[in-house]
Amino acid sequence: MIPLWLYLLVSAALFSIGTFGVLARRNGVAVLMSVELMLNAVNINLIAFWRYYTPTEINGFAFAAFVVVIAAAEAAVGLAIIISVYRSRHSVIPEEADMLKG
Amino acid sequence: MGFDVIADFFTQAFSDRDLMLWLIPFGPLAAFSLISLITMILWLVRQVTGTPENMIPASDHHYTDHHHPDYDGMEVPYQPDWFRGTAIVIGMAGIVWALVVSWTLVFGALNEFGAGTFGLLDSADAHHEAEGDHAEEGDAHGEETDSHGEAASHGESVDCAPCIYSDEITWMSLGMEGDVYGEVPDESTDYEIGVAADPLSLTLLFMVPIAMLGIFTYSIGYMAHDARQAKFFALISLFATAMFILVLADNLMMMFVGWEIMGFCSYSLIGFWYEKKSAYNAAIKAFTVTRVADVVMLLGIVYLWSVAGTLNFRDILYNPDVLQVIGSTPAIIFGGWGLSAAGLIGVFLVIGTIGKSAQFPLHVWLPDAMEGPTPVSAMIHAAAMVSAGVYAIIRMYPLFVGLTNPHASDPTFSAPLILMAVVGSFTALFAATMGVAQRDVKAVLAYSTISQLGFMVAALGVGAYIAATFHLITHAFFKALLFMASGSVIHAMEHGEHHVHEHHAAHGHAHDEHHDEHGHDDHHDAHFDPQDMFNMGGLWKRIPVTFWTFLIGGLSLAGFPLLTAGFWSKDEILAESYYGFTAHGSGLHALVFFMLAIAAFLTAFYTMRQIALTFLGKPRTEEAEHAGLGGQYSIVSIAMQAPLILLAVFAFGAGFVGVPTDFPIFGAIFSPEHNYFHHLVVYALPYMENGGYEVFHVAAPEFNWIPVLTSVVVALGGLWLGWVMYGQKPLEAGEEDPLIKILGEPIYTALQNRYYMDDLYDLIWVRPSQWFAKGVITLLDKGIIDTILHTLGTIFTVIGDFIKMMNAWLIDGVGDGIPKGIYDFGGWIRGTQNGRIQFYLLIVLAAVLVIGVLFAISAGVVFAG
Repeated sequence: MIPLWLYLLVSAALFSIGTFGVLARRNGVAVLMSVELMLNAVNINLIAFWRYYTPTEINGFAFAAFVVVIAAAEAAVGLAIIISVYRSRHSVIPEEADMLKG
Repeated sequence: MGFDVIADFFTQAFSDRDLMLWLIPFGPLAAFSLISLITMILWLVRQVTGTPENMIPASDHHYTDHHHPDYDGMEVPYQPDWFRGTAIVIGMAGIVWALVVSWTLVFGALNEFGAGTFGLLDSADAHHEAEGDHAEEGDAHGEETDSHGEAASHGESVDCAPCIYSDEITWMSLGMEGDVYGEVPDESTDYEIGVAADPLSLTLLFMVPIAMLGIFTYSIGYMAHDARQAKFFALISLFATAMFILVLADNLMMMFVGWEIMGFCSYSLIGFWYEKKSAYNAAIKAFTVTRVADVVMLLGIVYLWSVAGTLNFRDILYNPDVLQVIGSTPAIIFGGWGLSAAGLIGVFLVIGTIGKSAQFPLHVWLPDAMEGPTPVSAMIHAAAMVSAGVYAIIRMYPLFVGLTNPHASDPTFSAPLILMAVVGSFTALFAATMGVAQRDVKAVLAYSTISQLGFMVAALGVGAYIAATFHLITHAFFKALLFMASGSVIHAMEHGEHHVHEHHAAHGHAHDEHHDEHGHDDHHDAHFDPQDMFNMGGLWKRIPVTFWTFLIGGLSLAGFPLLTAGFWSKDEILAESYYGFTAHGSGLHALVFFMLAIAAFLTAFYTMRQIALTFLGKPRTEEAEHAGLGGQYSIVSIAMQAPLILLAVFAFGAGFVGVPTDFPIFGAIFSPEHNYFHHLVVYALPYMENGGYEVFHVAAPEFNWIPVLTSVVVALGGLWLGWVMYGQKPLEAGEEDPLIKILGEPIYTALQNRYYMDDLYDLIWVRPSQWFAKGVITLLDKGIIDTILHTLGTIFTVIGDFIKMMNAWLIDGVGDGIPKGIYDFGGWIRGTQNGRIQFYLLIVLAAVLVIGVLFAISAGVVFAG
């Protein structure tokens, strides 16, 4: 059987890739995709720990399902924001949408 | 102390004669307070409503017709007519109150006790009986001081023989027992003030209110056109209050309080027309000179307190033990020369009287005091101020006599008695000589006042205290009359001046149009003195009522035989001093007798001179021709002449209460049983024996023709001489005083200038004190004080600069630094808010990492793991 730490390693790698993407990518859509990567890394963690420690209970599984739903909703909202930003500024680069600066 | 207590007091006071004494000064005092209160309210109303004070020129003839040449440019506050009217009503109500209450008491006492012995102790036996009770007196007092009931009055009427009515209250507790010598019993530790009326006070309570009523009534007319009439009534009401306090006081301290209030009132009334430089100076002079004497008097009071431990008249004067102790204790100074404590106290008190009653050498203030309005002169010269000085001596007489006895067959005199006899007789003659050369109608009267007071003081010096009291009363009546009559003469002259002035102004105006250069040459614009007797003459036709009353007053002053009050009182003084001189061969009596006889001669002479110059002959000036009081039935005329008639009655008749029993014919008519006045006043003083003879309760000297003839001759002789010189052939206008030829120019001028006494005082006292003041200013004030002040100023400036610097550096640094730091910090932290979402996320990541690391450390993961 595949040991737990391998799942965790994959999950950590995936999270780091996602984090890097969120912080470093200039394209807003890519940032959103990176967020999806981070969420999926979390999901892997949740499922892995659920499978190895409390397989008889439903809580880990249920959390993963929630995360999937939230990810879908977040993608929908995020894409809508990006579209509306694009409409007003003709750009999907978050750096340029700095109207909130102090 | 609630209102019910006060109400209770009043209800009781109207039925209890002891308490009624307190009510006498109440009327004038309330009048003074009320008028002052209204003035203050008017002032407040003006302040609140913002109405400016209505100032009117003091010299405006519409408001004042007095002679005020120095008024130019001065303005005084105008008082509305209703307020002046109210002030008159209040003032009159106050004095009428005092008159009614006083006379109720006086006649009540005469009625209750009869004109006999007043139910008082007379004989030596009765005296010894009383002595047995004396020891308990102190205890009785202590218990009864708080109760105003009958017990107190009964207790006291037994204890203190000469008091008819009395009441006292505890004023303050001194917590002191006995006196410094420990010999005079004094159990009371409280200082008590009270009122007492003995036969002596009663005579003054008879005279003072009626004379003052006359003066108040007179003021209605005399001050009718003065802008400050309300103030005037307030002040004379206070004056009357002070006089009543002085008369009623049962202790020296309270008497001194009245004495000093009177000093203040005389000051502010003499300087009532303070716009006039001379009035202002006279006020200061009167105040300063009497103050000199008062300080000495206060010394006497303090010394008396330290020796006797009490200032109560009864405790001191009617207690033979106290008199014995202070009479035999050597004085604190000159004790080695035989001066006793009583003698020293007496000398101090006499000096107080010398100031107050204007005796030589402190007489200089009195002639100047004429600068005040005439009613004030009458008040000062007759009813109140100068009488107060003599009254104080009579009140304290046993103390003055000490252990001597001027009535013994070998008369002895204590130091104060000798002082009084010498000063009094000298003053009487000295002032009379100055009186003969005066031109001012009021000045003559002023000198006659000094002279007559000299008579009283001299009489006191030889033990004739009853004669002195008698003369005090009669003199008050005729001198108040004379002053007010002379005031109405002056008023009439001013009226005439006014008339002439208007006439000429109208006349001159017509001329102006034609001869402009002559318009201002009117000689009446030049200084005209309405008080100068040489400008008068023939006034008896213009103001007949004033003339006849003045004549009565003048004859009374001159001592016109048999008919006038002045004759009887003056005669009594001469008779007593003559008796002492012939029966006992006393030199002091002889001095008094001869000096006073000459003074009486001069008095008669200058009185006749005054009457002749003022009223007789033909008018010497146009003003005198038109003099008048504004119609016979005008208010001014009535208000100013009605009191004259009233006082003329007393100036004429007051003498008949004191006719010696053995005087031929008159004695049988007026004194069938005994000499009433003598019989009344003699019980004011206790029974006392010194040198084997009774001191105070002495019988009047046997009738003797020599002193009577002396007083008749000097009075008639003086009047005759005056008539020959001035009356028989009246002076023509511009004619010089015939006295100049007789006396010679230098003497006449010296007399007119008061023997240059004022110049001498100016040289000795006033100038040096001015130099001294200037020296003090230059040396002390500018030299020392200013240097100190400047140094201090510099030091404080330096300190101030330092503090200012600290302020700029420290306070401002901190104060400005804190906001600046916050501002800078804000500017810096503002940079983090760059609006970039990824930068924010980076910070979040960093924060999460930090939190994670910290969590790991705290949970021990790192080290344990």
